[in-house]
Amino acid sequence: MNTIPNPQDFIDIGADVAGIRGALARRRWLVIAGLSLLLVVTFGASMILGDYPMTINNVLRSLASPFTGDTQKGIDFIVLGLRLPRSLVAILAGMAFGLSGTLFQTVLRNPLASPDIIGISAGAGTAAVAAILLLHWGGGLLAMAALAGALLTALLIYLLAWHQGVSPYRVVLVGIGIAAIMAAIMSFLFTRARLVEVQQAVTWLTGSLNGVKMSDAIQLGAELLALGILLVPLSRAAGALELGDDKAQALGSRVERARFLLLGTGVALCALATAVTGPIAFVALMAGPVARLLLGPAPGAILPGALTGALVTLGADIVAQHLLLGVQLPVGVVTGGIGALFLIAMLVAANRTGRTA
Amino acid sequence: MTTMASPLRRSRNLAAGLVLLALLLVAVALASLAVGARPIPVGEVIDALLHPEVTGTNATILRELRLPRTLLGLLVGAAIGLAGAIMQGVTRNPLADPGLLGIDAGAALLVVLGITIFGLTSLPAYVWLAFLGAALATALVYAVASLGREGATPVKLALSGAAVTAACGSVITSILMTNATTLDAFRFWQVGSLAGRSFDILIGVAPFLVVGIALAMITGRLLDAMALGDDIARGLGQRVMLSRMVAAVTWIILAGGATAAVGPIGFVGLTVPHAARAITGPSYRWILPYTALLAPILLLSADILGRVLAPPGELQVGIVTAALGAPLFIALVRRRRLAEL
Repeated sequence: MNTIPNPQDFIDIGADVAGIRGALARRRWLVIAGLSLLLVVTFGASMILGDYPMTINNVLRSLASPFTGDTQKGIDFIVLGLRLPRSLVAILAGMAFGLSGTLFQTVLRNPLASPDIIGISAGAGTAAVAAILLLHWGGGLLAMAALAGALLTALLIYLLAWHQGVSPYRVVLVGIGIAAIMAAIMSFLFTRARLVEVQQAVTWLTGSLNGVKMSDAIQLGAELLALGILLVPLSRAAGALELGDDKAQALGSRVERARFLLLGTGVALCALATAVTGPIAFVALMAGPVARLLLGPAPGAILPGALTGALVTLGADIVAQHLLLGVQLPVGVVTGGIGALFLIAMLVAANRTGRTA
Repeated sequence: MTTMASPLRRSRNLAAGLVLLALLLVAVALASLAVGARPIPVGEVIDALLHPEVTGTNATILRELRLPRTLLGLLVGAAIGLAGAIMQGVTRNPLADPGLLGIDAGAALLVVLGITIFGLTSLPAYVWLAFLGAALATALVYAVASLGREGATPVKLALSGAAVTAACGSVITSILMTNATTLDAFRFWQVGSLAGRSFDILIGVAPFLVVGIALAMITGRLLDAMALGDDIARGLGQRVMLSRMVAAVTWIILAGGATAAVGPIGFVGLTVPHAARAITGPSYRWILPYTALLAPILLLSADILGRVLAPPGELQVGIVTAALGAPLFIALVRRRRLAEL
């Protein structure tokens, strides 16, 4: 069939592509706006609810009091001293875990390859458990041990996976090998230690927001901001890497360098948040897939992943504080449950519309 | 690997490799009977096994303790390895294993509930609870993943497995955190160990494991077809949904039975299939038999080492497998050109 193609056909196809691209971008912004709105509402709820319920008016006045000088005795302490730092750390740590998980999953091209599966969290956990059980550390020293454990483990995985460059597949396999060693060390320490200290270690490993201070929030916020700025120029490379090394290279990405920077940022985010709260279960793993299910075929899951992480962590903390009367569960107990329900709901919703997960 | 030229010779090499591994497995099993706090010479071991009329302390130790332990190690090792290989094949994900697809979490949840609610602390009581938990969890994972038109696609299976694992984990942690007695019993179950398993436990789970291993051996062809992707597999005339169901039932029997008998042993199911894949290449018809031999070799060697490393006590096999196997595994991953899933 040697008919001369009609130029108008190409123009029509071009218009279709532009139209689809526009629709996808709109959908992405819709998802981001929806998640942000939900996050604001949840934040409000986290400030109002508690053993000492208060009105929105109380909360707003209290939040403004550093500027207006309009103090309310007692209420200011609860809002500014207790609830605000806790909610802020929940949001920031959740964002860090969500970002970290989404980055790992994108760069390693595996929906399960989050830092808690491929050994980073296990490294932080092993260092912390050893610090608790062998050295009887707590507080700031414990946080330092966890941070060092995560960073050293990540470095070890990267070096061991290096063999004329780092293939994502090899990173995943070396990661699970390292994770297995770390888990074995932890189990071993658990069977040899005193029960009281084992309990303390289990609590840390669950991840908790009890006793976080405003200084924690400020520190984590500054770190997140710095790493977030670093991510902006890298996010395009992340999208390219997702297509596979060859295509990314063809699109002009410097594959090895981009991968190193993206994974490094992911490790730093996970390690810094873990140092403050402990490894909050499941947030890093589920944030990315949920964001992708919300987005459908639209690209750019990194920001929605961060927002999902924040939303789940903050929501889970509210539930953890009020689920059992008189018992404050650590947030990590609930993120598993809440996150699982969230993920399953997304899977079911995606099924109904006939999209593939 | 330059195999295009002579597929026949390659098959012959792989078959020879299997024979070698089988011989190695026999040697390791004999060592497992001989080595321990009270070493028994190999001659005496064989004598006591062949002649039931031989009596004495050594013969008693051998028959009452070492024989069930070794047989259990053989069966459980093969079962966990095969379960991991099948899960990785079905989900087409190198991270799939009993720990991520809900099996271990479901088993652990029912064991924890059994300890807390009914005060159970004996191994035989754990066995059936763990089996039930594993089966329920897998059924749930599969049900969630297969909702909707597409059915249980690999990604949905992996994600729903992770979700069920996390949900079970939440309940487990909240119980452990509020109940010190349960934590105390649970921490010894969750390392995974072959010690103290009597003939009763072996006889209880052996039928499941044997049937599961036999089923696993015939899934190779199904997994090879599924590895091509759902569409091509369908195009080749395979009933993809049915194959997945068969595979899922097989892994419940294998992983459920194994976890029930010895507790969660994470490392073997996850990594031995990758080690086998690095040797054989991507075909499951070779990966499965290699896994079935490599996994019990690893498990029994680790168990033997655990008995002699820290006298007078023992190191649990779950700890030694990872400490021993992970460096080997990483070395293998680094050296070989990998056959990806």
